[in-house]
Amino acid sequence: MAEAKKLPVPQGNPETAPFWEAAKQGKFMIKRCTACGEPHYFPRSICPFCFSDKTEWEESSGEATIYTFSLMRKSPTGPYAIAYVTLKEGPSLQTNIVDCDMDKLKIGQKVKVVWKPTDGAPLPFFTPA
Amino acid sequence: MTIKGKAYIAGIYEHPTRHAPDKSTAQLHAEVAKGAIEDAGLTKADIDGYFCAGDAPGGLWPMVDYLGLKVRHMDSTDTGGCSYLIHLGHAAEAIAAGKCSIALITLAGKPRTGPMPPRAAGAEADFEAAYGATTHNAYGMCAMRHMHDYGTTSEQLAWIKVAASHHAQYNPHAMLKEVVTVEDVLNSPMISDPLHRMDCCVVTDGGGALIVTTPEIAKSLKKPLVRLIGHGEAMKGPRGGKDLDLTYSAGVWSGPRAFEEAGVTPKDIKYASIYDSFTITVLMQLEDLGFCKKGEGGKFVADGNLISGVGKLPFNTDGGGLCSNHPVNRGGMTKIIEAVRQLRGEAHPKVQVPNCDLAVAHGTGGLLGVRHAASTCILERA
Repeated sequence: MAEAKKLPVPQGNPETAPFWEAAKQGKFMIKRCTACGEPHYFPRSICPFCFSDKTEWEESSGEATIYTFSLMRKSPTGPYAIAYVTLKEGPSLQTNIVDCDMDKLKIGQKVKVVWKPTDGAPLPFFTPA
Repeated sequence: MTIKGKAYIAGIYEHPTRHAPDKSTAQLHAEVAKGAIEDAGLTKADIDGYFCAGDAPGGLWPMVDYLGLKVRHMDSTDTGGCSYLIHLGHAAEAIAAGKCSIALITLAGKPRTGPMPPRAAGAEADFEAAYGATTHNAYGMCAMRHMHDYGTTSEQLAWIKVAASHHAQYNPHAMLKEVVTVEDVLNSPMISDPLHRMDCCVVTDGGGALIVTTPEIAKSLKKPLVRLIGHGEAMKGPRGGKDLDLTYSAGVWSGPRAFEEAGVTPKDIKYASIYDSFTITVLMQLEDLGFCKKGEGGKFVADGNLISGVGKLPFNTDGGGLCSNHPVNRGGMTKIIEAVRQLRGEAHPKVQVPNCDLAVAHGTGGLLGVRHAASTCILERA
């Protein structure tokens, strides 16, 4: 019998604290560099592309498409779908596709962000749109 | 400055064990070190350089002391399963620069006996730890996208396991010696779509070691001469999520660097040791190293093309990680060892490649679908 999955509590740090504060309001934030214009995720202070420190927080639409996925058939907490999704704004990120019929997932499928509670800030997951 | 021809592999040893609950991990490191030193015809006092990775308990401090080494050069670069391929390149650099003359590289551990300690968290931890990336599903995601983009099939992936099993039947130490068919692979349980159980490597205790030395010292010893003529290393990750593409690996960078330094091309290679953590790992590496075009790996591996004596590119003639051995969940060491056996003419007669004078040993380390390193070594019979 699979045990209910206990989500890890985001530890946060000075660099990422604004992400977790916004998460508590249900806002999914990415970072955008005002020097080169590129958005990125997960958030860094210094742009991973041009190394400028002119990065700003930006709220993402939370809309994305599935880039790839794999169904873990067995785990101590039951089956789950790990995936990379590509946000409408551009960056791709690792996540799980939740609250869905896992056998019907397809590459290219539209998904949207959904928050799952932890003992601290909530964590972003994605679910079919 | 190049390392081409400046370092020779004078000693190799693969621990025969695949399950070692009765030994300590440090002890296994000592046993493989002893084996490689004896294979080279040297003594421990000759060693003046030591290389180990994350599998060495406590790292360099306790290991150098436990083994009783007196070294003037050390390196504990840890890039997972390809650490030892990188160590070989770094040992060659150190030898070429005169920093040491006889380097020992060891790998050992017991993941079959008990679970491995977790990796230290990186900057991404809060943003990824909850999603349960494991080796199986991280490689599964690569395979899923490769199939989507290039039409690669499970049947084609299965041929990689079939080829490995054809080789493993002749290896008395192989964990899985039974020859399997494409149907066997497809009928094995789905672990993480689209990878079946038989697309996955074995979990074994054990280890291996290498002795790397100068041309002069190697020529004074009794073993057939094998030298490193090209080396490359590289790293790849999602890099802020821009232009994510999981259908290629860091091998697209490490491979060309190594081939260029060696002055040879994939067409010249007689034998290939390719890290086979999963079947998809092999398929992607063959493409990335240039043995076929990107997307044509499925066609390339099908119909026994990787079986020694049958196909055009004999690979992993010891049975590889898919069938023989995958000590400490790190496949780079055994890749080098089987390549050296081939170049020495010491592989099993049933799988020995005739006149094998040029080989590649290549691997990745970390999670192919998340963050990984790659390293390529071109080896030549001197």
